[in-house]
Formats: sequence, C-alpha cells, structure tokens
Amino acid sequence: MIRFDDVVVRYPKAAEPAVNHVSFEVPLGAITAVAGPNGSGKSTLVRALLGRVPLSGGAINVDGDDTAHLDRRELARRVAVVSQREEPAFPLAVREYIALGRHPHTRLWSAADPLGTGAIDRAVEEAEVAAFMDRTTDELSGGEWQRVRIARALAQDAKALVLDEPTTYLDIAHEMSAFELLDVLARRGQAILVVSHQLNLVARFAKYVVLLHRGAVAAAGTPGDVMRGDVLERVYDWPLVVTRDPAVGAPALVPLRAGRRS
Amino acid sequence: MTVTRSNVALWVGLVAAVGVAALLGLGIGPVRLTPAEVWTALAGRGDVTAVAIMRDIRAPRVVLAALVGAALAMSGAALQGTMRNPLAEPYLLGVSGGAAVGAVIAVASRAPFGLVPVGAFGGAVVAVVLVLAIARAGAGRPDPRVLLMAGVVVGAFANAVIMVALASAPPDAVRNALWWMMGSVAGATWVQVGWLAAYAIASASALLLWAPEIDVLALGDDAAAGLGVDVDRAGRRAYILASLLAAATVAAAGLVGFVGLVVPHLVRSRAGRRHRAVIAAAGLAGAALLIAADLVARTLRAPSELPLGAVTALAGVPFFLVQLRRYR
Repeated sequence: MIRFDDVVVRYPKAAEPAVNHVSFEVPLGAITAVAGPNGSGKSTLVRALLGRVPLSGGAINVDGDDTAHLDRRELARRVAVVSQREEPAFPLAVREYIALGRHPHTRLWSAADPLGTGAIDRAVEEAEVAAFMDRTTDELSGGEWQRVRIARALAQDAKALVLDEPTTYLDIAHEMSAFELLDVLARRGQAILVVSHQLNLVARFAKYVVLLHRGAVAAAGTPGDVMRGDVLERVYDWPLVVTRDPAVGAPALVPLRAGRRS
Repeated sequence: MTVTRSNVALWVGLVAAVGVAALLGLGIGPVRLTPAEVWTALAGRGDVTAVAIMRDIRAPRVVLAALVGAALAMSGAALQGTMRNPLAEPYLLGVSGGAAVGAVIAVASRAPFGLVPVGAFGGAVVAVVLVLAIARAGAGRPDPRVLLMAGVVVGAFANAVIMVALASAPPDAVRNALWWMMGSVAGATWVQVGWLAAYAIASASALLLWAPEIDVLALGDDAAAGLGVDVDRAGRRAYILASLLAAATVAAAGLVGFVGLVVPHLVRSRAGRRHRAVIAAAGLAGAALLIAADLVARTLRAPSELPLGAVTALAGVPFFLVQLRRYR
C-alpha cells in the first residue's frame, strides 16, 4: 500500500541526513510500526509522505504511484494522517471537525459529497465518539480528542491510516483502547502505520516493526526480530533487558538503572 | 453555508439589522425622514429636496459605509482563521500602514484630492507585497507567525515614514492627512460606491469560495497538509485576498479601525464555526455596525462630524472587552 523506497531526506544546513536510505513497506491488513529514539527520523518520514519536506533521494509510493507525481487531494483520499500535534485555532463542533475529513472528497464550489454523511456516521461509530457529538473540540479530554482526531481521519475514507505518536499524553486505558481500535481497523483490511515510542505496545499490536537509528534502519521485521536486547541497547544507548510479557508472551522491554549492562 | 434551524434566527436577525440600520441612516440627519418618506424619496417621488438628499447624499453614504464595514469584517474573519490567531486583522498585517503612507504622500505632495485613494490603494498593495517578501526571506515560506511579525514591522516602518513626511509638510496638508487617517464616509459619491462594490464583491466572493480551505488551514499546517491542502499556497491566497479587500476600503474611507478585529469575534460560533458562515455573517454584521457608527459620527455633535475611525474604536473597545469574557 505505502512503500518507502531508499528514501533520503536532508534538512538544509544539517550535517547528517534526517532520513538515510530507508526502505520498507506498509501492507494492507496489518499494523506496521516505526519506532526509534527521539530525533531518529520518525516524524520526518511522515512529513516526507505528506510532501511537507522534499526528498533528497528515493521515492515514496502509494498504491503503486509515486507521491511526487500524485495530486495532494488524491494522496489525501488514499492516506489519512493523524499528525503529532494539532489544536484548532478556533473550536469546532465535534461533528463539524470530523466532517473536515471529507475535505479531499469535496469541491470548493459544490457541497456535493454523496458518500459524506455515510462516511462520517461510520467514522463516528468505529472510533466510538458518538457520546461527544454535542461538544466542541475544546471541551474534550486528551483521550477523547485523540479518538475524535482518529474519527476525522476515518471519515477521510482512505485505505491507509498514518498516526504520529497517537498515544503520547494518554493514560494506560486510553492508550490500550486506541491501539485496540487500530487493531480492529487493520483486521478490517486497512493499512496502518504507527509512529510510536511505546515499544511494548508496538510489540503486542504491530505485525512489522521498523526501528530507526539516526535516520537509518537499525532493524526491521517482526516484533521478535527487532526487540532484541543487543539491538535496542545500541539504538537507545541505555542499559535494558528484553523479557517476555508474562500475560501474552510478546517481547517486552525493561529499561535498567544507569550503569547496569545486562 | 451552515444555516441550521438553531441559527436561522441569527441570520434573519443579521439581515434585519442591516435593513434597520440602513433605514435609520437614510432617515436621520439635518432633515428627518420617516421610513415611508425614505421609501418614496428613494423611488424618486414626492418632495424634490428629499429626493435629492436621499439620492445624492444619504444613500451613497449609507451604501459606502455598509460596503466598508462588510469588507473589513470579512477580511478580518478570513485572516483570523488563516493566521490561526484571534488578533489577526487587516490593519495588523500592514495594510493600514501602507495605505496611510500612500495617502499621506499624495496629500503632502499636494496631488489633486482625487488621487489620494489611488495613493492609499497603491500603498496598501506595496505593503502587502513587502510583508509577503519579508516573510519569504525570513522563513522561506509564508508561515503565519512570520507573516504577523512582518506585518507589524511594515506597520512600524510606515508610521515612521508618515511622521517624517508630516514633519516637513505645510499645516493644511497635515490637517488633511490626519482627517484622512481618522476615516470617514462623508461626501460619498455613487462613483466611489460603484468602484468599491465591484472590487469588494469580487474579492469577497473569492474569499467565500475558498473559505473551506480556511477551515482546514485553521487546524494547523500538518493537519491541513494531511487533508490535501497546499498549505503555503492556500495561506498566501487567503492573505492576499483578505488584504486587498481591506485595501479597497482604505482607499474609499480612510482608516476605520477595530471593525476587522471585533466583528468576526461577535459572530464566530454564534452564526456557525465554518468559515463560509463566519465570513458571511461578519460581512452582514460589519455592514450594519458601520452604518450605525457613521450615523453616530454625523449626528452626535451635529452639525460637525466626529471621525468615523474614532467612533468605531470608542464603541469597539467595550464590545471587545465583553467579548473577552467568552474566552475564559
């Protein structure tokens, strides 16, 4: 669905490229996760996908089309993005906000969007935000706002959903329920790309993990392939052990106190 | 346009407010006319003097005030969304400063008075281009925060130029320039009204057409890009359209402050939250308010007139203070 092909992104004046020859694929029907320490190039990848930063090399393909030649609106109809930060300058009614997801499907001069109402209703139901519909966007808690943002992306009716740090600031229950929702969407056939710090969650929910280190791929594969003590310790430059989650058997990372190598 | 059952009363009210303000504006003056007399005089029947007052003096003045108020308010509503800033308004973004420089230069160089609007419009356009160029040189792209700062800087520079120009100008030119800067729709002519109407309707229609993009821009750059909007181009387009709309009003009526800042806040969320509704409602409210402000300006201390810009600021400040309570 989305293919990053030898992608290089170089910010002006930076000595090292922010993204350095990164290749991987985001297939339909699964959660693919991009993980890595701060500054490893995770968010730059999302910005490159959106065309917000130019590629210095390589290509990003969506549904077989190079995004460099894809119309922005067409790209938005194929890939919906929940960016890392977003605060509307002026509060909107929750339904109005979710309806903005239809923007790439509508023309400026006509209100015609035959599939719009259905898509919005479906998004409200899937993201389970029906209870907030009589509120405005400034009257939501962090967890509610995140779900409403996901609903807006779902209303976009795109086959791929990209989320940049969707669970930052969320407590355990909201974090889990957000990932459960992504899991349901993936099982239903969508391609999901999650950029996340939460390695243990990623290990439980993602089918594929791409671990970035200083812009380059340090490891890629199943969570079991990537969640290895030696790899993670080198990438995060911090002592840690990888054990097995006692409840579900997924690999789990436990950081140690400073100075104690495993 | 989101006209729902819940806010249909507000839209009817806004249209009615424009109608009532216009009737008052047409009827009240040195010669008082009842609404019925206003109607017959507009139709060209009845007392010849009343017809002349109505057709040559009051009607063009009321229509000009309505156009100026509507254009400023619509410009402010669009800029606040585009810049993602509740303080954004055309005057903050260099338009007024540039226009004032153009007008003052025209006045000080003793150009024929008919050229003052041309100078004002030219100055405003130069300021808009300058702000865009500075923002581009600074940030490489029209980032809203950089645009705001560039607007403030261009405004400050314009003030300095005005002071220099006025310091060496003869007293009567200083007085003319000051009057112009205080704003007025006195002596409005149909020619003026025609020019502003043609221009304002074109740019206002374009703003309304592109209003859905402003909704998306107001979410922030990353979110807007994710919804298929070319953030830089859409932002620049909205800024230019809104600024040119305000520039035309400056050419027609001088500087009328506060309308572009306050009126959008009065209607936002009451008439709707999507920008097509906010901009349209701001236009109606701005028209009604400026007709009323002009009525106050010319009747409060009749036969002498108060500057229109002073009336809008005097009335606008308490309005704005009440409005601030809504943001608690």
